[in-house]
Amino acid sequence: MGLKSDTVRAVDGINLTVNKGETLGLVGESGCGKSTLAKCIMGLESTTSGEILFQGRRLSEWKEKDLRRQIQMIFQDPYSSLNPRQKIRSIIREGLDIHSIGTPAERKEKADRLLTLVGLRPEHGARYPHEFSGGQRQRIAVARTLALDPQLIVCDEPVSALDVSVQAQVLSLLKNLQKQLDLTYVFISHDLSVISHISDRVAVMYLGRLMELAPSESMFASPKHPYTEALLSAVLPPDPTAESKRIPLTGDLPSPMNPPTGCPFHPRCPKAFDQCANARPPLRELSSGTHVACWLYQ
Amino acid sequence: MSTPLLDIRKLTTCFSSPQGIAKAVDTVSLAFMQGETLAVVGESGCGKTVLALSILGLIPDPPGRVTEGSVLYRGQDLLDMAENELRTIRGNHISMIFQEPMTALNPVFRINDQIAEPLRLHQGYSKPEALEKAVSALELVGIPNPAKIARAYPHELSGGMRQRVMIAMAFACNPDILIADEPTTALDVTIQSQIIDLMNDLKERMNGSLMLITHDLGVVARMAQRVAVMYSGKIVELSTSQSLYAKPLHPYTQGLLASVPTMGDKTDLTPIPGIVPSIFDRPEGCSFHPRCPHAHAKCSIIQPPLMEAEPGRHVRCWLYE
Repeated sequence: MGLKSDTVRAVDGINLTVNKGETLGLVGESGCGKSTLAKCIMGLESTTSGEILFQGRRLSEWKEKDLRRQIQMIFQDPYSSLNPRQKIRSIIREGLDIHSIGTPAERKEKADRLLTLVGLRPEHGARYPHEFSGGQRQRIAVARTLALDPQLIVCDEPVSALDVSVQAQVLSLLKNLQKQLDLTYVFISHDLSVISHISDRVAVMYLGRLMELAPSESMFASPKHPYTEALLSAVLPPDPTAESKRIPLTGDLPSPMNPPTGCPFHPRCPKAFDQCANARPPLRELSSGTHVACWLYQ
Repeated sequence: MSTPLLDIRKLTTCFSSPQGIAKAVDTVSLAFMQGETLAVVGESGCGKTVLALSILGLIPDPPGRVTEGSVLYRGQDLLDMAENELRTIRGNHISMIFQEPMTALNPVFRINDQIAEPLRLHQGYSKPEALEKAVSALELVGIPNPAKIARAYPHELSGGMRQRVMIAMAFACNPDILIADEPTTALDVTIQSQIIDLMNDLKERMNGSLMLITHDLGVVARMAQRVAVMYSGKIVELSTSQSLYAKPLHPYTQGLLASVPTMGDKTDLTPIPGIVPSIFDRPEGCSFHPRCPHAHAKCSIIQPPLMEAEPGRHVRCWLYE
């Protein structure tokens, strides 16, 4: 997948499945392609090659209207994702209006229910976005997302723009809703602590490629890919007595316009050897559920 | 007890707006010692950035004004100084790194010109001398190919590189104090670590002091010796970093630490209920009481003062009366 001619391979050869009811965490630093992948899932970005199957059928085989009801998205910026000129109730029920689901009275009732579900009150429906805080706006965004009873929700950095205490509120909300409504999440974040907290499985991306895919607990306890190791070691715990076991990575992230040969991580990898610059390691399953793309494991 | 390098006493900064007067910083007192890293921690709207800008006389007037208090630097009150005198302090003795390195650098000047500027202005270097020093400054902050990067424009550099340039500029004149406002927030995790190590290293080498303003409790743990927690314009807890994390005293601090997800731990977080009060509509008594699990009658009537709960630890809370 990527853009045409003079190509930047924003997302490069990703194979991934997301199971119903799980939270798949997608983590990586700037330019790794996680946002582009999210947009491809949403159908907001077209793929150059390869395919995305939803419930066994290619996205291209779905009628757009049906797809939109099944897959919804929560965006990062709560200040730009809500129409400032629309009242809250109208924002939440917009999807229902567009798809002509239920009577107007039923749509209003559903919007009110959703407001309560996300921890706000029905009377908030009569107000405008600017009257709410960032965390409240994100709750409104969640309510809007749920209006069409989607199966899959793509969360693109949904708490990154929020303060710590507000983050905790929204994360708790998302977790509870998942249990209540049997939702499936693709959760994108650069924040490893958040990812570890909410994900069942985690996919680590670097320069458009999948480096490691594993169940959350085992990845954080015992990362396999050197990039994952370095990433985890860079996380700062809120504990001044914690020893720094940081694995220093030299240099900056390479430009996606000019990716390294072979394994994209090899120029910065503390464990790189000859093979790494020559050929691209395939994603290989090590043990049940753990996949790594690294010559150390071939 | 040695004299503080920077002594902030009862600082109050207000902003006028159509909705009324907003007290962004409310009677804040903080003594900042030579050689220490003090973190000012709090969430959006707590007043930490306004505090930093007030110290350096950077509050736009109108609509803002420091209405009370003093900021003593080496015995002189910065708030009493005329603008031309303040200019000899800013960038020279007290430097600041702002949030968002993208917007803090001037897009139409090359990197070397921007680093050279404080050197020429404050230290009297000639242009060629200052440009040469700029290259050394870039080397000092670990930028590869410093001579080449010196001639680049900000847009040609990555976020991490730009932040290093900001640090180079801030340290160029060997300031006593560096005020860093969210220096790592906009950076990727692996770059963040590099920048933190760099700042710690430079601070050691130059025997300077660092005032770190952030909401990131992980960064604070790695960098600060002392921590001041702010809420609704006031300091609610002040203690050493070790004791704060080991045993937070103020219910807000406790709530904050309980809200931070730790890697590898999937237990449910306990969020603080409610939201930060509007600056125009602060509760009577203790600003935190509507959200506090330990609030009692007195809390909604009288605002608690900052009290010494344990030796060296101050809390603004009636629980410690």
